[in-house]
Amino acid sequence: MPAQPRFPAVSRLLHWTMAVMVLIMLCIGVAMVVSLGDYHALVSIHRPLGIAILILVVVRFVNRLINPPPPLPATMSRAERLAATASELAMYGLMLVLPLVGWGMLSAARYPIVLHGSVHLPFILPHNAVLYAVLRKAHTILAYLFFLTFMAHVGAILFHTLIVRDGMLRRMAP
Amino acid sequence: MSTYLEAPVETERRPLSIAITVARLALIGVALVVVAGAFAYLGGWLSPNNLTPARFTDAFERVDGVHAGFRRNHAKGVGVSGVFESNGNGARFSKAAVFHPGRVPVVGRFSLSGGQPDVADGADAVRGLGLQFNLPDGEVWRTAMINLPVFPFRTPEAFYQRLVASKPDPNTGKPDPAAVQAFLDRHPEIVQAMNVIKGQPLASGFDNSTFHGLNAFRLVNSTGSSVPVRWVLTPMQPFEAASTASSVQDKNYLFDALIAQIHRQPLRWQLILVIGQPGDPTHDATVAWPAGRERVDVGTLTLDRVDAEDTSAATDINFDPLVLPAGIAPSDDPLLSARSAVYSQSFTRREGEAKQPSPITPADVHRGD
Ligand code: HEM
Ligand code: HEM
Ligand code: HEM
Repeated sequence: MPAQPRFPAVSRLLHWTMAVMVLIMLCIGVAMVVSLGDYHALVSIHRPLGIAILILVVVRFVNRLINPPPPLPATMSRAERLAATASELAMYGLMLVLPLVGWGMLSAARYPIVLHGSVHLPFILPHNAVLYAVLRKAHTILAYLFFLTFMAHVGAILFHTLIVRDGMLRRMAP
Repeated sequence: MSTYLEAPVETERRPLSIAITVARLALIGVALVVVAGAFAYLGGWLSPNNLTPARFTDAFERVDGVHAGFRRNHAKGVGVSGVFESNGNGARFSKAAVFHPGRVPVVGRFSLSGGQPDVADGADAVRGLGLQFNLPDGEVWRTAMINLPVFPFRTPEAFYQRLVASKPDPNTGKPDPAAVQAFLDRHPEIVQAMNVIKGQPLASGFDNSTFHGLNAFRLVNSTGSSVPVRWVLTPMQPFEAASTASSVQDKNYLFDALIAQIHRQPLRWQLILVIGQPGDPTHDATVAWPAGRERVDVGTLTLDRVDAEDTSAATDINFDPLVLPAGIAPSDDPLLSARSAVYSQSFTRREGEAKQPSPITPADVHRGD
């Protein structure tokens, strides 16, 4: 059978770079909020890494317009295609919204948003306690949602690769 | 694993045997469970007894109750504002813009320790001063200082255990003395620190109190060299000892005096950097550095405005001691990261609650206007 078409190299590079970054961010996020000793060190990585994801997801979105993904394998039903598209959309959305919510909540609380040394971001929202509280909660909920979407994504890819055997992993393999 | 992943893609896929299908499905299941387990482990779900920022904050709430909208510690307070005038002497040690010669606006908050916003002022409560320096380029320096010469607790765990031991017994209404004693026996450094604290005369009010940053930090100058530092605010108002008479006083006598004083004239403190020597403990806020360390007067803090919490900009500020500009860096003091974490938790809780009117009202504050 002809090999499955692969994602363009740029798309693969972006996918794996960002997959690693997002996973690190989810891990740092849940670990830092339960840590006393490592809280400061972790949160100091969490902010700039999250902003890097925000920048890269814009690049990735543009790249997806320029380099569209290869057609989905014929083995996929309509429903599967829909689910795949929806979860990809959700992940794009979360990679964009989660860092924005992080930036926004720190703005609303008037924490200086330090990336490194004296480099810091401007505030994107007014100083407002309620806004902070709502966004802080949203940040947690969206992060857990991201984790669940990630699990569904990996579960689906593994299912296709090991059970359906349509070579889906190869489409993205580095 | 790789043999599975590299399973050939066949046009006419032979159906998988039931056994292999089940095995592969199990493999997927195991992979997902391992990932979820790792995530749960990192998030602390598998270690319900670890001391976390949330559990620390819960302990404050168990001792003093939940007072919606108020800080879980240092709950009673008033906001202040003014200016810091740097004389430039600090620039030798730190590149932070706050130490360049010039003026920097300051927002602050005087407070009393404890989680009860309406507690009666008393000599026992620790006096606090939180400050935010707004540097010209948008950088911010926050510090929260108290009027004790040393901190009683070396580690966050010791502070937490003390909180737990100090929870009033429901029968007697007082902390269990045996539990407190057992705790102190395990922590001789606390007894030592308490002796140092008792040896310092108590000032009559906020205005003539000395405020100590206590935790050590590192100053980094423009050549990149760094020195350990602690900072102190020494009052320019003359010292007067707190009266020992236990006469019944106004419930807010400390705050009322502060408000009246600021209305009469601005209050001033000198900011002193105490420069540490190699070997001075930076990880232990329970011991003072040896006398004779270089003390550099880097400028004057002037506070000329006071506001009730209901209207003060300081109310919705988290005076997290690790909000620092470039040029001031944390030390290895274990209290610092813990403070940052617990303050964030307290801040998040109180910002999400409906604000109650502060016990010291705007009318109290503006009586002298
Ligand atoms: C948090 C981490 C991850 C994120 C955010 C993520 C996100 C995405 C997104 C948005 C796509 C759509 C293609 C694109 O526009 O780039 C995609 C495709 C893909 N991902 Fe991930 N991914 C993650 C982790 C993983 C992991 C761990 C695997 C391996 C099991 C994986 C395997 C794949 C594959 C094979 C595709 C191609 C699907 C297809 O054939 O259309 N991803 N991923
Ligand atoms: C893809 C990007 C991001 C992910 C996956 C992520 C994930 C997380 C997670 C899982 C938590 C812990 C939530 C909880 O258990 O309550 C968290 C907390 C937090 N995140 Fe993010 N985050 C991202 C981006 C950002 C950005 C860009 C910022 C700021 C610039 C930020 C600032 C914070 C802060 C300040 C906290 C909470 C600290 C506290 O409450 O003490 N995050 N994040
Ligand atoms: C592990 C040790 C400590 C813990 C867990 C702790 C906990 C807290 C908490 C929960 C708050 C309320 C924060 C908010 O809601 O904004 C607070 C406020 C405060 N703390 Fe601490 N603290 C610690 C050590 C210290 C030390 C060493 C100092 C003095 C050098 C200090 C001085 C203050 C002051 C002045 C405030 C009031 C600041 C304001 O007005 O907002 N604390 N503390």
